[in-house]
Amino acid sequence: MNISLILQMAADAEPDRIGLVCDGRRWSYGALWRAALGAANSISNSGCSHVALLDESSEASAIALFGAAIAGIPYVPLNYRLADADLAALLKRIVPAYIIGDAERVARLNPESGYHTTGRATFVAEAERLADSAASGEEDDADIAVQLFTSGTTAAPKAALLRHANLLPYILGTVEFASAAPEEAGLVSVPPYHIAGIAALLSSIYSMRRIVMLPAFDPDAWLALASSERATHAFVVPTMLARIIARMDAGAKVDLSSMQAIAYGGGRMPPELIEHALELFPDVGFTNAYGLTETSSTIALLGPEEHRAAQRATDPNVRARLSSVGKPLPTVQIEIRDEEGHGLSAGQCGEIYVRGDQVSGEYKERKALDKDGWFPTRDAGWIDADGYLFLAGRTDDVIVRGGENMSPGEIEDVLMTHPAIADAAAVGVPSVEWGEAVGIAIVAKPDQALPSDDELRALIRNRLRSSRVPERIARLDALPYNEMGKLLRREVRALFRS
Amino acid sequence: MKPGTKLKSAVCDTEVMVIRGATIVVECGGSPMVEEKPAQRGTIHPAFAAGTKIGKRYVDAAGTVELLCVKAGQGSLSIAGAALQLKDAKPLPSSD
Repeated sequence: MNISLILQMAADAEPDRIGLVCDGRRWSYGALWRAALGAANSISNSGCSHVALLDESSEASAIALFGAAIAGIPYVPLNYRLADADLAALLKRIVPAYIIGDAERVARLNPESGYHTTGRATFVAEAERLADSAASGEEDDADIAVQLFTSGTTAAPKAALLRHANLLPYILGTVEFASAAPEEAGLVSVPPYHIAGIAALLSSIYSMRRIVMLPAFDPDAWLALASSERATHAFVVPTMLARIIARMDAGAKVDLSSMQAIAYGGGRMPPELIEHALELFPDVGFTNAYGLTETSSTIALLGPEEHRAAQRATDPNVRARLSSVGKPLPTVQIEIRDEEGHGLSAGQCGEIYVRGDQVSGEYKERKALDKDGWFPTRDAGWIDADGYLFLAGRTDDVIVRGGENMSPGEIEDVLMTHPAIADAAAVGVPSVEWGEAVGIAIVAKPDQALPSDDELRALIRNRLRSSRVPERIARLDALPYNEMGKLLRREVRALFRS
Repeated sequence: MKPGTKLKSAVCDTEVMVIRGATIVVECGGSPMVEEKPAQRGTIHPAFAAGTKIGKRYVDAAGTVELLCVKAGQGSLSIAGAALQLKDAKPLPSSD
């Protein structure tokens, strides 16, 4: 089993069809496949044990992903936004590596280690040049396809391993080969080092939906490219959608009439943002995808019809589905368990466990699957009576006040209904009486005065149980986020400790 | 035949990957499929010449075998002379 099959099939079926557009160059599936064969040749000749990318998204990320797969070597896209010290630590963990991208930075950080470095343009040119002398591409049963360093919002980055036997079943189980119509074009703006960036390449190529690559996200560049390339599909993280919509609300004139479907995931979607998006794009199908690096991307999704049904609904249970992540894929099983590992019934909040071929649950350092193949996601959540999955934050983020489990999200949702509040975070703060109590950090909208402590406490008390009323309140200029829009709760917690 | 095993036709270009397997011999164009292509290609039996389509899934009536065609060819697939059927796709919304 090898993910290179995905590109090989596309190139075999329609070699001249355009598969990828980046920086004005249009790549056919045949050209991408030949470049991947050439890259595999170059990678094999280097004798390296890993293929790393230290660069923004481009055709090189696709060529490197498939080239590494053909060569049977793990592909390790690195986060080029990391600070020097953090990046240097990761580089030491993948020696000896064939590194594509910022060769100068690698040399500066690790001058002694003998990496094989090559710039993006040189790599692509060499891959194309070596294509004809490459082997047939008859791939071996390679093992690890991709190694991704987790973002490490709570601890040092872990090296998550995704095997060919995880990624290929994920694609074959969720995507129908060559199912995209000729006009379909998917705008890819997620970074190459994120699981969504890997999944976008694999899914798009297997469905033969043309990839329109945006090297690095910027809302104006996204809108311009979506319009000029007549994008029909896009995947965004919620912060990207918020920034795109803010530009449109500010009067940005763009033609998005070609857009048919927008999928989102990778972080919590604020209910008011998705409601606004549904109104702004009445003819677009929205899909909420929930997944993790360790599960090869999506494990549950809320589809376009379910979004519209929830938007129209008066039944509060149906309406609430706008904030759910939908139902598990037919190819995975999901269970909610309590702290002792016992299964919970509908409506009860616990830890989300998942099992299936696509679930690796494996790190270079250890395997996190239990003996029956279940992966504890460390995400908290519940499944309602109709089978819809709702997330309640990371299990580490659940606030436990006097034995009562509270989800930060429900408190944040109530705070966000206040007209003067732009952003809000709820975290557990140490409490002598309760062990832990609620602390909130809030950010004002421009030119708005934040409500008093009494008003905030009354707001929570009137909407939720009194245990949710915050003991500590902090007013900030901005909340701390990482570059993928993930709230850094440990930093908010640290604020209350200091 | 474990999942992921690739089988090649002895009589045409068809290649399939096993999605769900059993210890059963799969035929293409009327001849047993093999893991290594034979040096000399055989002839396609006219009763099994409808062809295979790349990216399509083929199943037996009992549902014990499921194959993904990864390379198209002139022969068609069968088990013990019984033709395999195309499996209906159940499309999911695109999530990546």
